[in-house]
Amino acid sequence: MTLVSRDRGRRVNLVRRSVRRPGRAVAEAVALLVAAVVAFPLYWMVLSAFKPAGEIESTEPRPWTLAPTLDSFRRVFGQQEFGRYFLNSVVVAVVVVIASALIAFLAATAVTRFRFRLRTTLLIMFLVAQMVPVEALTIPLFFLMRDFGQLNTLWSLILPHIAFSLPFAIWMLRGFVKAVPEALEEAAYIDGASRTRFLWQILFPLVLPGLVATSVFSFISTWNDFLFAKSFIISDISQSTLPMALLVFYKPDEPDWGGVMAASTVMTIPVLVFFVLVQRRLVSGLGGAVKD
Amino acid sequence: MERTRTARSTAPAPRTPRGRRPGPAPWLLLAPALVVLGGLLAYPIYQLGLISLFHYTQAQVSGGEPTTFEGLGNYAELFGDDRFWQVLRDTVLFAAACVACTLAVGCALAVLLTRVRAVPRLALMLAALGAWATPAVTGSTVWLLLFDADFGPVNRVLGLGDHAWTYGRLSAFFLVLLEVVWCSFPFVMVTVYAGIRAVPSEVLEAAALDGASQWRIWRSVLAPMLRPILVVVTIQSVIWDFKVFTQIYVMTNGGGIAGQNLVLNVYAYQQAFASSQYSLGAAIGVVMLLILLAVTLVYLRLLRRQGEEL
Repeated sequence: MTLVSRDRGRRVNLVRRSVRRPGRAVAEAVALLVAAVVAFPLYWMVLSAFKPAGEIESTEPRPWTLAPTLDSFRRVFGQQEFGRYFLNSVVVAVVVVIASALIAFLAATAVTRFRFRLRTTLLIMFLVAQMVPVEALTIPLFFLMRDFGQLNTLWSLILPHIAFSLPFAIWMLRGFVKAVPEALEEAAYIDGASRTRFLWQILFPLVLPGLVATSVFSFISTWNDFLFAKSFIISDISQSTLPMALLVFYKPDEPDWGGVMAASTVMTIPVLVFFVLVQRRLVSGLGGAVKD
Repeated sequence: MERTRTARSTAPAPRTPRGRRPGPAPWLLLAPALVVLGGLLAYPIYQLGLISLFHYTQAQVSGGEPTTFEGLGNYAELFGDDRFWQVLRDTVLFAAACVACTLAVGCALAVLLTRVRAVPRLALMLAALGAWATPAVTGSTVWLLLFDADFGPVNRVLGLGDHAWTYGRLSAFFLVLLEVVWCSFPFVMVTVYAGIRAVPSEVLEAAALDGASQWRIWRSVLAPMLRPILVVVTIQSVIWDFKVFTQIYVMTNGGGIAGQNLVLNVYAYQQAFASSQYSLGAAIGVVMLLILLAVTLVYLRLLRRQGEEL
């Protein structure tokens, strides 16, 4: 976040403070309380992952444990090929994030830096494409993947996810590409840079923060995907991803809560790390995209 | 209203550097995106429509039996089924409740964020990011454990004994609603907060100096300026909540007892992949597609009315 916006924030607060001072203590108490409530499910997840079996399946649940254990994690990693599932999830998410970011960057450049026929039509189509209920397309995609022999392969997850994260990514990147001044482009051409060179050596680095913010969305939707993994990876479970592995422990009548919570923790941590890393860019990125 | 218009008109319109014809360049840049979207989005949509017009069950899928053209027969079957109308109504009501709660919580907390100092703000931000980052599958299982009849802390705290939340139709929907709001309010909160921060402080100062109350400032200054952002988050929420799949599927174990918690998405999935009625599932998919298309058209009209330059 830039100095300017931080300064502006302080000034806004100053104004508000002078208007409504006595309310602030209450507001801060409420904020902390809400933060605690919102964080509680995550706390409970991690706590339950470390609790010994007897304490989870107790009718007197306590919000702490005096005997933390790694038993549940051992059970999770001992299960079939949990490491393999984890790796599959990582491969799918990384490929989707990189591919959709690059493709979206090119497309966003095309629709913001050029005026050509059908430009507005295309933009509207990208917007409409965002609304398509992905889940409804599971049926035709299932047949498509079957016809191309891609069922039970990671491609059956990678390809649809690239397609589904593209429209939103293009739409969001538009603002970032637009924000790069035209004058810079003119200057680059006057200095003899080719279009390709301008694209990759000047525009790309400038738009990178936007790409990061955008990639959060494609990463999450891919990492969390449950429906495609369930529908397209049907017989070869070595190609399965984490959400399916997690549900092995979750049998509705007799759930192994320790196992479920340990697997959930393992699945949530990479996303959390990713989020914390890009957090600042995400907030400013969303602001930029929306302002625009 | 006047102010919003000025704020909007400052957005620069896209220009192409004069004197250079674009030629094929934009299409080369667009090619990868168009190929991917054409093959994996447009073509499947076409296929979805096609499948919904044929008789397509397990026999056709694996047995190689010839498919027969049914025309609108699948739709007639669907619309003649009380189950479908029930599910459609539940889906709309459930999505509406989720959107309303998400927006209310998200906006309220965004305003709250502007009122507090750095430490509580950071705490709330981090907690919200944590909820946002939680995968739908894990979020669903965690909320199930929290509300578990035997081992969950919520029933102990509320003194509900072994009340089973997932047995009742409404209480199961309510539980799913809590999870959906929990994981989707952060997007609204962060976006609206970023929007409020972007409002020039001079405007707020002026309003405060003129003696406007907090509520008045919010209603007459902030709300109109935030309108574009509110439209975006509302539409996004409608789209997301209308398509909720994972939470319902996991938390109510595939649609609840005797299908009492089905929503369209899960219903389509069950028809296609559990009952092998692929064409019926596809017809439900087409219905969903049309409903969301209608929402999109409303969105586009709102954007146009705001005079947004595409």
